[in-house]
Amino acid sequence: MQKSTMSAILSVRELAAYLRELLDYDEVLADVWVEGEVSNLSRSTAGHVYFTLKEADAQISCVLFRGAASRLTHLPADGEAVLVHGRVSFYEAGGRLQLYVDMLRSLGLGALFLRFQELKARLEAEGLFDPQIKRSLPPFPRRIGVVTSATGAAIQDVLHVLRRRYPLVAVVISPTLVQGKEAAPQIVVALERLREHSVDLIIVTRGGGSLEDLWPFNEEIVARAIRAAPVPVISGVGHETDFTIADFAADVRAPTPSAAAEIAVPDRAELDLAVAQRRKQMEQGLRWQVGELRRQLQERDRRLRHLSPQVQITGRRQQVDDLVDRAARGLNHRLEVIRERVRSAALRLASLDPQATLQRGYAVVRLKPEGIVVVSPAQVASGDALEVQVRDGSFEAEAS
Amino acid sequence: MEEPLNTEMPFEQAFAQLEEIVQRLEAGELTLQESLDLYEQGMAAARHCQTLLDAAELRVTQIQGGVEEAGEVPFDVEG
Repeated sequence: MQKSTMSAILSVRELAAYLRELLDYDEVLADVWVEGEVSNLSRSTAGHVYFTLKEADAQISCVLFRGAASRLTHLPADGEAVLVHGRVSFYEAGGRLQLYVDMLRSLGLGALFLRFQELKARLEAEGLFDPQIKRSLPPFPRRIGVVTSATGAAIQDVLHVLRRRYPLVAVVISPTLVQGKEAAPQIVVALERLREHSVDLIIVTRGGGSLEDLWPFNEEIVARAIRAAPVPVISGVGHETDFTIADFAADVRAPTPSAAAEIAVPDRAELDLAVAQRRKQMEQGLRWQVGELRRQLQERDRRLRHLSPQVQITGRRQQVDDLVDRAARGLNHRLEVIRERVRSAALRLASLDPQATLQRGYAVVRLKPEGIVVVSPAQVASGDALEVQVRDGSFEAEAS
Repeated sequence: MEEPLNTEMPFEQAFAQLEEIVQRLEAGELTLQESLDLYEQGMAAARHCQTLLDAAELRVTQIQGGVEEAGEVPFDVEG
């Protein structure tokens, strides 16, 4: 490209190409070693790794292509100090200058990370993270204070979850910056302001970001303000992998803003089930009692029936009948005995009947006219008139 | 005896009342009349709980102003 053409109007593509060529021709930029702190590291689906290399007040975008990235034993963490080698060029499609890294070596933990470690150790030793001082969450919060940016994605996530799970709750947003130098003192004030709004639970939250973005939640004043809050505090800062000092200080740490909202309230669907369940239990309790009373009633009824006058009268009548029976049987027996005696007496009497003797050919002799039965010769004198009775009749005779 | 159910009763209170009624009914030391009364109260509490769950709409406000004169204004969002 000639100097003379530079005064002409350039297309964007021409300018970008010019910048790229300018950088690509520079021998220093083609082969540089740079030392700095990794920040904002992310990995694309294609496997390329993007990050920013920074120190106090300067930064440069870096890309580590898949091939070079696959040679690393581990990806550097945000805040980690590294030494990289590569070339600097202009990325035309993205419109930015970046360092194409082909080698990366860890130099240990960065300054921010060391500060984090030092503060965590100090507050831990002080007992600020003691599990014993963690407050338990109210099972059914009525008013939840949310300390976050009123314009961020986090508040939308939180409200979305609360609306779905437990719309009975009222939400009071205490807005604050959530990144930058002003953020930490603002978060403290936002927590402070909730004191006058009778909330029974506080969520301190923000969405994901770089270690620097999340830094306000690693400040000591924020940790202390969380512990000083009059009600339990749930933290939900960044993503699952982010741990901040605020998380350690909070009564419950949630991995994300949505998760913080989930932890904060019961689920409407589960409560519906629970209410239906209690209803069923009540019905069963009542049904059991009625069944039990019915059984007892039947039992009493049975016993009462036993004691009723009707049953007693029937019983007595039975006894009377029995006695009458027994009396009748006794009487009959006696009658039979008497009858038997009469019969045998009659038999014996019959054997004594004189007629029976006459039957066998004997005769009865009576002295006339008195009719005295002659049983001895001395009773009779010669010439006396006699009557002789035999089986078929009698005749007269004269003693000689 | 339970306090009579009013429509202002918050969910957790109605639910706690329901729980207590269930426990007392299950303990089975009540007269039939007491049980029936309690059952009716329990059913009312359960209905109240369900109504609250069905009808609730999230209320969202935002604090405005400093610590001293802080007020609340509706938070206008479509979530």
